[in-house]
Amino acid sequence: MTRLIPHPLMSAALVFVWLLLTRFSLGHLVLGTAIAILAGWVVNRLHPPTPRIRRWGAIPRLAALVVWDILKSNIAVARILLLGPGHPSYHSGFVELELRLRDQNALALLAIILSATPGTAWLEYEAEDGYLLLHVLDLRSEDDWQTLIRDRYETLLMEIFE
Amino acid sequence: MRHLEQLPPVAAIIIALFVVLGSTLALLGSIGLFRLKSFYQRLHAPTMAYSYGTLLIVVGSMAMFSLIEKRPVLHELVIGIFMLITPPVTLLMLGRAALRRDRDTKLGHDELVPPRIPPGERGKKGPRDVSGYGEGMLDKSVLPHTKAETRELRDPDDLHDPTD
Amino acid sequence: MSAMILEYALTYAQIAMILALGIACWRMLRGPRAQDRVLALDTMYVQAMLLFLLIGMGNGNVFFFEGALVIAVLGFVTTVCAAKFLMRGEVIE
Repeated sequence: MTRLIPHPLMSAALVFVWLLLTRFSLGHLVLGTAIAILAGWVVNRLHPPTPRIRRWGAIPRLAALVVWDILKSNIAVARILLLGPGHPSYHSGFVELELRLRDQNALALLAIILSATPGTAWLEYEAEDGYLLLHVLDLRSEDDWQTLIRDRYETLLMEIFE
Repeated sequence: MRHLEQLPPVAAIIIALFVVLGSTLALLGSIGLFRLKSFYQRLHAPTMAYSYGTLLIVVGSMAMFSLIEKRPVLHELVIGIFMLITPPVTLLMLGRAALRRDRDTKLGHDELVPPRIPPGERGKKGPRDVSGYGEGMLDKSVLPHTKAETRELRDPDDLHDPTD
Repeated sequence: MSAMILEYALTYAQIAMILALGIACWRMLRGPRAQDRVLALDTMYVQAMLLFLLIGMGNGNVFFFEGALVIAVLGFVTTVCAAKFLMRGEVIE
């Protein structure tokens, strides 16, 4: 099974996208499955770290948290933009954090979450020491970014992946 | 626009709300590009168009075509999934490129960025406090740094003052 | 009734997107440094994609979706290449 379909998650996603782009029919299901399995073999040659998801139950919680946080920070950034850049009620700057997360896929997911949130931008990650440099549009919105990231996302991601 | 008459009014109002909100968010992202002062601040602005701007318009479009054709039309989801994965990649690469260029003294920089500490040289100090960097409108009453302390933080070999 | 509401909403949305494209274009032409221009170009790609989706909604034509998809893919590749160039190349400004 693992030799025939080395990346079941990716193959399933590919079949799903194939069926979305075409009208559903049995022929397209077969064709999409064939392409997905072929793509799985090709990806296997590249030897990426296969994601190991330990706890599926935490994924909906993470998704809901991310959707809610992005909505909140959209509103916050819209407020800042309408106030104007010279307004003294916000201050942008850099933040350095220390991450305990080491799993490649979990780090990629954290990068996606932090970049997709309008208030924070992921700039640089030192893989050896685990230090992360962020740029934050409003430094004052939180007191302690280190504990915020750790409690909010990092524990949940470690629960899922490690 | 005769095809729009088939929609029930409630659905039309909800779809209109989604479309208006989504495009307003995308416009705000552009206004952010116009108004914010430094590159790192501007990096945050288009994310609004990428996240909820796209989401709202895609959901509105999906709902409209599904109601008109009376079958689930889900192919806009592909754009949604695509816009979920790719913008973080581009923003991340752009941010890193800007950081590298700002650290390169040959190019000159209009922004002070925290210098890179090579792995192994950091010791056990833990994360630095780098909130004094950036072009900053530093309000001294709120953040602990004064301008003099910020200058001490900088490594003279890595950065040179743009004024000299 | 519902056609009128949606017509107004779509017209507003299309005008907003064109305005947003114009502002981003100004930033691309003006942008003090190369990374600003690349960021503005990426924004323009996404906004053009959204504009295509809105036009498709207005016309009731599903084929604008394919155009939007092509623009999204092209925009991603363009921006990644430009960012890679900014990062790697010894760029002489």
